[in-house]
Amino acid sequence: MKTKFPLRPILVAGLALTASALLWTEAVADGKHFFPPVTDTKVVAECGSCHMTFSPAMLPARSWQKMMGDLGKHFGDDASIDPQLNAEITAYLVNNAADANGGRYGGKLTRGIAATSAPLRITELPKWQREHREVPAWEWRHKEVRSKANCVACHVDAERGYYDDD
Amino acid sequence: MKPKLILALALSSLAVLPLAAQAGPIDAQLATYKAAAAAADAQFTAFSAERGKAFHNRAFGGGKPDTPACASCHNENPRAAGRAPTGKVIEPVALSATPTRYADPAKVEKWFTRNCKEVLGRACSPQEKGDWLTYMAGQ
Ligand code: HEC
Ligand code: HEC
Ligand code: HEC
Repeated sequence: MKTKFPLRPILVAGLALTASALLWTEAVADGKHFFPPVTDTKVVAECGSCHMTFSPAMLPARSWQKMMGDLGKHFGDDASIDPQLNAEITAYLVNNAADANGGRYGGKLTRGIAATSAPLRITELPKWQREHREVPAWEWRHKEVRSKANCVACHVDAERGYYDDD
Repeated sequence: MKPKLILALALSSLAVLPLAAQAGPIDAQLATYKAAAAAADAQFTAFSAERGKAFHNRAFGGGKPDTPACASCHNENPRAAGRAPTGKVIEPVALSATPTRYADPAKVEKWFTRNCKEVLGRACSPQEKGDWLTYMAGQ
């Protein structure tokens, strides 16, 4: 049986370090599920305060454009910022989107979405949902998880871009 | 470090704001709120860490149901880490626990604006902001 990595580190704390070290070397080797983390400090400061800073390689450019155009109504929160900063962040996200520079690392999450649709949630992408179909309901509700968007709760190396575990 | 501690003590125990005693960013911020609070209310004398504490823990009804209080995300104990509904861990808001906080007035204002709307469903008054900051500075 393959090591089912996510959430185990939370529940079996002792395994976390070894598992993540292994995971990391393997991911570097094949790069299949590597999503380059955000390196721009302004983007991290603005987009990593309420949740983890999601890699721009997880959504197409048109999704980022749409999201950045409506930050005042951001999933029920007001995440608005001044226009100058908004323009800078939008440029960064668009340049590193799944269908731009981010794609070469295998932003395969966006596969299968129509060219006309601009999904705003990574967690609603068909491919993301397929990868997570076996995650039981209680895990999503776990108090350390709380939200599907809390990738780091299960993927301990998510901040560094690694989601591989097999 | 010392002057800061003395200032914090003065603020919380005597509830007196020493005028321009110090030029730290949090003090400049407090001075701004103090001027605004005095302008809004002639009875206003000083900020109170006690009121700030009560404000921090109070469940308001005006904002989002899943975050009725500042403490919902920032922890009732401000020296301990908090957690947002997104699951993200938030560093403690007590100045002693996270000394890098309240260094950027624009950041402080931005989050007061966002979080007051989120919790109270309205903007916070200068006095509410000053009381809360005073509480955090003394923690
Ligand atoms: C004021 C808080 C706040 C800020 C600032 C913020 N977000 Fe969010 N964001 C949220 C919330 C709340 C959600 C919904 C999370 C959930 O469902 O758990 C969310 C969700 C998201 C999602 C979808 C996650 C999913 O379910 O796949 C993306 C992508 C996202 N944000 C990107 C950004 C970007 C880019 C920025 C910076 C411009 C940003 N966020 C800034 C609060 C914020
Ligand atoms: C409740 C725990 C949990 C959360 C939260 C979670 N995942 Fe996962 N994730 C899993 C599990 C379990 C798998 C399946 C692993 C397997 O099939 O071996 C997985 C698989 C993946 C894969 C495929 C990796 C592979 O090697 O097949 C990617 C990519 C991924 N998740 C990204 C994300 C992203 C991005 C987020 C946040 C938006 C997220 N996950 C949130 C548990 C979680
Ligand atoms: C929905 C969760 C949430 C609630 C509720 C909330 N905050 Fe925050 N707050 C945050 C996040 C996220 C940050 C930014 C991340 C950080 O600074 O660690 C923040 C930052 C702040 C900052 C800026 C700190 C600094 O370092 O400059 C202040 C001030 C603040 N909050 C005050 C409040 C007050 C007052 C309330 C209650 C009226 C409140 N918050 C309620 C999530 C919340």
